[in-house]
Formats: sequence, C-alpha cells, structure tokens
Amino acid sequence: MHLDHSHDHGPAAVSADARRPDGSRRALRIGLGGPVGTGKTATVAALCRALRDELSLAVVTNDIYTREDAEFLLREAVLPPERITAVETGACPHTAIRDDISANLEAVEDLEDEVGPLDLILVESGGDNLTATFSKGLVDAQIFVIDVAGGDDIPRKGGPGVTTADLLVVNKTDLAPYVGSDLATMAADAKAQRAELPVVFQSLRSEEGVGPVAAWVREQYAAWTASA
Amino acid sequence: MSRAALLVLADGRFPAGGHAHSGGAEEAVKAGRVTGAASLEDFCRGRLNTSGLVAASLAAAAALGVDPAALDAAADARTPSPALRVAARRLGRQLMRAARATWPHPELDALARRFPKGAHQPVVLGLAARAAGLGPQDAAYCSAYEGISGPASATVRLLSLDPFDATGVLARLAPDVDRVALRAAEAAGRAVTEGVDALPAASAPLLELGAEAHAGWPVRLFAS
Repeated sequence: MHLDHSHDHGPAAVSADARRPDGSRRALRIGLGGPVGTGKTATVAALCRALRDELSLAVVTNDIYTREDAEFLLREAVLPPERITAVETGACPHTAIRDDISANLEAVEDLEDEVGPLDLILVESGGDNLTATFSKGLVDAQIFVIDVAGGDDIPRKGGPGVTTADLLVVNKTDLAPYVGSDLATMAADAKAQRAELPVVFQSLRSEEGVGPVAAWVREQYAAWTASA
Repeated sequence: MSRAALLVLADGRFPAGGHAHSGGAEEAVKAGRVTGAASLEDFCRGRLNTSGLVAASLAAAAALGVDPAALDAAADARTPSPALRVAARRLGRQLMRAARATWPHPELDALARRFPKGAHQPVVLGLAARAAGLGPQDAAYCSAYEGISGPASATVRLLSLDPFDATGVLARLAPDVDRVALRAAEAAGRAVTEGVDALPAASAPLLELGAEAHAGWPVRLFAS
C-alpha cells in the first residue's frame, strides 16, 4: 500500500490505500455477500441500528436491477438518506464487487467526501451465487451470508464465499425446524471447509439478534484503527 | 511503445466500469427497435457512424495532445442529453482511475485534478492511450470498437441473444470500424491546427432521446 500517497497528484488513483488524499485514515470497508434472499439487507439494517451510535456509518448497496435494497434501508430509516448510496451493476453484482470495482470505489470515496469523516462503510452485494466474493481492492474484510432455508448442504458444497470469507453467517436459524435443516451438520461442514475462520449462527428474531456479528465488526474496527 | 498495450486498453475486461452500461441498447430493446441480430447490427452501425465517430475523434485528438479541457467542452457541446453527459463523465472518472493505476502519467494526473468528478470518457480514453504510448488511430479504434461491443454484450444479456450471433455482428461491422477510426484520426489531425471545431459533430437524436427516457425508469438492468 502507498501509505505516503502524494497530495499533489489529484484524487487517489487506487483506493486500497489506507489514507485518503488529505492524509486522514479512510473508513474501514466491510463487504456483505451471499445468495439471494439470505438476509443480507436485514443484517445490514440490524448492524446499522446496533453500531450507529458508536461509529460514523455509511452503506453502499449493489442491486441487480432496482434500488430495492437501498430503498428498504431508507424506509427502515436505519441511517440518514445521505449515508446510503446505490450502485448500478449492469445485471452483474459479482462484476461490480470483484472484477471491475471502479463504481463501488467511487461510491465509497464520495460518501467519505460528502458525509465524512466515516469510521465504517458496509458494502452490500446484490444476491449472487456461491462464488461471488469481494475484491481486496474494495473491502478490508467480508462477510458471507447464507441461510438454513437454502438447504443445509450449502456449507458442504463450499465455494469461495463459504470457504474464504472472513466471517460466515448462517442466518434464519429460527426456521431450521420448519425446513428440516440440521444446524449441527451445517456447523461441522462449515468447520471442515473453513478451519479456523469464524462462523456465526444467527436469528435476527432472537433476543441476541445481530449481536455476535456486530461484535465481530467491532473487533475488525479495533484492529483497523490500531494498524492504520 | 508496446503494440500489445492496445490489447490491454481495448480488452472488454479492462476494469473501467463499462459493464454496467448498454450504450442505449436497453432502451432500444424495450422500445422494440432491437429484437435480434439483424436489428442489433443496424443499431450498432448507426451508433458507430454518429456518436461513435464523435467519440473516436475526441479520443484521437486527446491522444495527439490537443488540450483535454477544450475537448471536454467540445464533447459537452456534442452531447445534448444531460443523462448521456452524466454517463460519459461517470465512465470517464472510472476509466481515469484504471488508467492512472495502469499507465501512470502526469497528463492523466493533471486531467484528474482538473475534473475530479470526471471528464468525458472519450477524452480520458485518448489520454490513456497517449499515456500507454499509443497513437491517435489506436485511440480511435478503441473508442469506436467499445462503442459497439458494449451494446452487443448488453443485448446478449437483455434478449438472451445467441452470443455467437452477437459476435458475428461485431465481425461484420469491422470494416465500418476501420473507416470510422481512419476518419476520426484525420479529423483529430486537423483539430491540432484548426482547433476542436474541426472535429465531427454527427449526432443520433434517438439515442439522446432514449437516454433521457431510460434515465427515468424505476427498474433497469443498466445504468445507461
């Protein structure tokens, strides 16, 4: 990383840099990906509610063909509207978060310019397949969200999202008895695929809610502020 | 210069944001003007000889070292649709990031400083070609080709068009791309001495109108 990025060359060229053009530390960026309907947007909304009083937050959504996710967050009023930006992806969220990240980088930079300083930006992918992961040039850490209703064989099937994400969230555990999903099997398969990487079983309807994921995000933020 | 730099710049996977844009194809498909390979070819030929020629000329002129700010103003004057100006500047900003990371060059830095929210994409493309050591005709080829390859790949997604048919359209248009690139490079050469008014000002009113309509859609696959 070019931590000594020069100030007189205009806007930053590459945004994995930990420093913004004015020399200040940029926000930590955490990506949330996963298949359609697993609860990515609901998790983002819950994270905003849990963290907004302690961190300066913003969200970038990558919808496939609408502004549905951004509008859900606006309707739920989890953050002021100027802190939520929707990126259009040309029907390919995985391209916009991995192969050609320029629109997302602009969105995060514009958020920092317009509502900053920010501590944390959550970048949500549109629902995609099990291979969709975020570029390291866009996010510092990523969460992959699957759910019990998609079938308890998803952790066994693996794929880059399940095996390499910094945190795997198995969502909607409250539905497991109704869809015949075995949480113990999912946990064992996830452990086999991910070795020491963490897994959280989550039900946003439970008392604990997004708590464990919010705690993980706090740890990432503490590590980021300690290093950058 | 490296000849292969042209392949890097012209590659559809060059990460400069183009994948999210259809070049007007999404609106044309919805309006029933593009329904298959034959009408896609007509659409692309029209685009190539109008806005495509203008874009290629701007790119060639930038590659020759014509003042990019003057070229940006010339691009504005040749783009009546506000939605298309927004799209061109957004793509210009995205291309600028990729170009500066790929071929660092003080002229790119200067243009980025002058237009922090983006200059018109063809101007940035021409300067990127210059930074890569390429010439005006190379820049014109890149611009002319991406002006038709974008709509073609978007139509594959929009209509589930056979990808071999879409690629066949591009191959059949190759001689047209040659002619447009040549004309663009000649016009760019005149612009060096006569100024930017020597550049072509061909336009496609339906593309401009369609872009305005498309920008107002609540649900769409592509940004433009």
